[in-house]
Amino acid sequence: MMLQVEGVHTFYGAIEALKGVDLHVDEGEIVALIGANGAGKSTLLMTICGVAKARRGRITFAGSEITAERTDDIVRRGVACSPEGRRIFPRMTVLENLRMGALTADPERYDENLAAVFELFPRLKERAQQRGGTLSGGEQQMLAIGRALMSEPTLLLLDEPSLGLAPLVVKQIFEAIRRINAQRRMTVLLVEQNAHHALRLAHRGYVLVTGQITMTGTGQELLENPEVKAAYLEGGHA
Amino acid sequence: MSRSIASAMGPGGESLVKELGFTALIGLALTVPLISYETIDDVGGLQLQGRWAATAFIVAALVMGRLGIILLRTPGRETWVAAGGALAAVVGLLDLFRDTVAGVLGLERWPAISPSYTLAFLLGVGGAVLAIRAAVQISRRNSAISKAERDARMESLGEQVRKLVRVFAAVAVLFALTLPFMPFSNRYVMDVGTLIVTYVMLGWGLNIIVGYAGLLDLGYVAFYAVGAYSYALGAQYLGVSFWLALPFAGLLAASFGLILGFPVLRLRGDYFAIVTLGFGEIIRIILINWYDVTNGPDGISGIPRPDFFGLATMTRRGSDGLPAFHEYFGLEYSSEHRVIFLYYLIVAMAALVAVFTVRIRRLPIGRAWEALREDDIACASLGINRTTVKLAAFGISAAWGGFAGAFFATRQGFISPESFTFIESAIILAIVVMGGMGSLVGIAIAAALLIGLPEVFRDLAEYRMVAFGAGLVMIMIWRPRGLLSHREPSVLLADRSPPGRPVPAKAVAAGEVAQ
Repeated sequence: MMLQVEGVHTFYGAIEALKGVDLHVDEGEIVALIGANGAGKSTLLMTICGVAKARRGRITFAGSEITAERTDDIVRRGVACSPEGRRIFPRMTVLENLRMGALTADPERYDENLAAVFELFPRLKERAQQRGGTLSGGEQQMLAIGRALMSEPTLLLLDEPSLGLAPLVVKQIFEAIRRINAQRRMTVLLVEQNAHHALRLAHRGYVLVTGQITMTGTGQELLENPEVKAAYLEGGHA
Repeated sequence: MSRSIASAMGPGGESLVKELGFTALIGLALTVPLISYETIDDVGGLQLQGRWAATAFIVAALVMGRLGIILLRTPGRETWVAAGGALAAVVGLLDLFRDTVAGVLGLERWPAISPSYTLAFLLGVGGAVLAIRAAVQISRRNSAISKAERDARMESLGEQVRKLVRVFAAVAVLFALTLPFMPFSNRYVMDVGTLIVTYVMLGWGLNIIVGYAGLLDLGYVAFYAVGAYSYALGAQYLGVSFWLALPFAGLLAASFGLILGFPVLRLRGDYFAIVTLGFGEIIRIILINWYDVTNGPDGISGIPRPDFFGLATMTRRGSDGLPAFHEYFGLEYSSEHRVIFLYYLIVAMAALVAVFTVRIRRLPIGRAWEALREDDIACASLGINRTTVKLAAFGISAAWGGFAGAFFATRQGFISPESFTFIESAIILAIVVMGGMGSLVGIAIAAALLIGLPEVFRDLAEYRMVAFGAGLVMIMIWRPRGLLSHREPSVLLADRSPPGRPVPAKAVAAGEVAQ
C-alpha cells in the first residue's frame, strides 16, 4: 500500500473540515476523490502533503508515518503535489518553472526528466522560453503537472486539474494523466469536482461529503451508483 | 464678457469657462494662505509682505495648464497644446538657469518671467508634460496600426532596450573604473561618486531581500549600522585593522539578520514590514542609549582609515613600520590618493555583490528566492523549505549591508546613530523599487539618480528637494514598475530558436545552459 490515511481529523480553527477520513491508495492506481464544493477534498490533499496538519489520525506513505512531517520533507519522500488553481510562477519562464520542480530530484536525471515532460506535453517545449503567466489555462495546468513530475515522485497528488478549463482541454489533461499512469505506473490521487471524467479515468473512487467518506468503489461502480449519479453526475455530463 | 469668450470657443465653451474659473479659484484658495505672504525682518519687527506677482503667476500657469488639458480632450488641437507646452518648458528652463543663460548670451541679467526658481522649475516641468502628452496623442492618431502590430513593435523595442541596457552597463562600469582619471574629476566628484557607489552596493544588497525574495524590509539600515559600529568599536577597543574587521562586520550583520529573521519569517506582507521597521529603530535606539560602549549620540570619532592591503598606509607619513602610500610607489604625496583608494575599494565591494548576485540567481537557492516571491504555497508544495530559504536571503542581504557599513565607518572616520535613521532605509528601498526590483542595472541607475540628482541640483539651493521629489513622481507615473523591470530568465534551452518553432530533440537532451 502506497498511501494510507486513517481516521484523519483536520481543523481550521474551530471548524472541523475533515471528520475522520479513511482512505488508501495502492501502487500503480489512479484514485479519484470526488465531492461537492466545501466537502473537504482539497483539505484532505493539503493534509496529506503537510500544508494543513491533521489534529488526529495517521497518514503513512510507503510504510513510514508522515502525519507531522514538514511539506518539504514529504516532497523529498516522493509525494508531488499540484495544488489547486495551478499556482505556477507567472513571471518565470516555462523552463524555469520546470526547473523549480526539479529542486528535490537528482540533478543527474534532470535532462531525462525534462525530455519526458516535453514528450508528454509538447506544447510546453514550444513555449519553454515564454513566461508562465502568458500561457493559456490549459497550458498552465500542463505546466503544473509537468512541474510536479520533475521531482520524480512516486505518488502524484492532483487538485482539480480541470478547474476552469474548456471541455476539450479537460479531455486532453485527463488523457495525459491516463498516460502518466499507464506508461510510468505512476500512482495518482486525483481530487475532482468533475466526477464524470474523474471516475471514468480512475480505478477506484471515494465520495467525500462534509468531511466524511460516504462511499467507495471502483470507478465504474460509482459511475453507475444511483446516488452518485443523482448528486454529482446529473446536469449536463453525458 | 465671459459670454463672448464662451461663444468664441464654440459648443461647450460655457462649461470651459466655468472649468477654468474653477481652476483659478482653487489655485487662488491654495496659493493665498501658503505663498502670498512672506515675513520680512523690518525695523518695527516682523512685517508681512505680499507676494502677489508669484500668486498671479501660479494662478495664470494653472489656468493655462488646465486649458491645455481641456483642449487635449477633443482631437485636432494637439498641435497648439504641444507648441504652448514646449514654449512654457523652454521659458521655464531658461529662467531656471538664468545666470548661465545670461552669461552665455553676454547679457547683464536674464529678463526672467518666473518670480522664483521653484516656479520656473514647475513651469518647465508642467509645460514639458503637456507638450509630451500632446505629442503622444498626435503620434497615436497618425499611426493607424492595429493593437497586435503595436504590441509586436513594443516587443522588439523592448528587445532593443534590453540590448542597450547591456551596452549601457558596460559603459557604466568603464566609466566607474576610469572616473578618478577623468579631466573633470576632483575631490568633490570623487566624494559624490563614492557616495553613489555606496548606495549602489546597499541597493544591490537590499535587492536580495526585497527584489528576489519579495520580503519588504523597512529596516535595512540596521545591518548597515551593525557593520559600521562593529568596525568602529573593534578599532576603538581592540585595535583591529579594517581588513580584519571587514569580514567580521559582514558576519556580525548576517547574524543580526538571522536573529531578526527567525521571529519575523512567520509574518507576511505589511506585518513583516512593520517588524523590520521596528528592528531598524531598535538598533538605532540601542546605539544611542548604550552610552558606555557606543558613546551614545556623541558617536565614535577617529575611526582609523584602511591601510593599503597591509603594504602601506594611506597617510602622509608611514606608521607601525609601514611606509606611506606615496613612498611605497615612489609618487608625489597627494591627499587625493586616499580618496581614490576609498573609491576603488567601494567599487570593488559593489562589484563583488554584483557578481555574487548574478551567480546566485542561477543556483537553486536563487531560483527558490524568486519562486518564493511569486508564490509561497506553490514553493512549499515543490519541497522548498521556506524558512531556510528566507533566512538565507536575510543573512546574505544583511552581510552586504554590514560590509557597506564598515566601509562607511572607515570613510567617514566618524559615525553616530544620526547616520542610521529610518530615512536611510527609505532611500535604499526607494532605490531598489525605482530601479525595478531585481534589476541590477536599474538599481544602479536609480542610485545614481537618487543620490546624484540632489547634488546636481545643488544650484537650486533649498529647492533642490522639490526637483528631487518631482523626479520621483515622474518615475512613478511613467515607470510604475521601476526603471528597468525586465527580468532575464535564469535558464534557457541550449537551442535558442524562437518560441513557437519546435526545438530539435537533441537540444532538449543536451539540457539547459546558463545564459
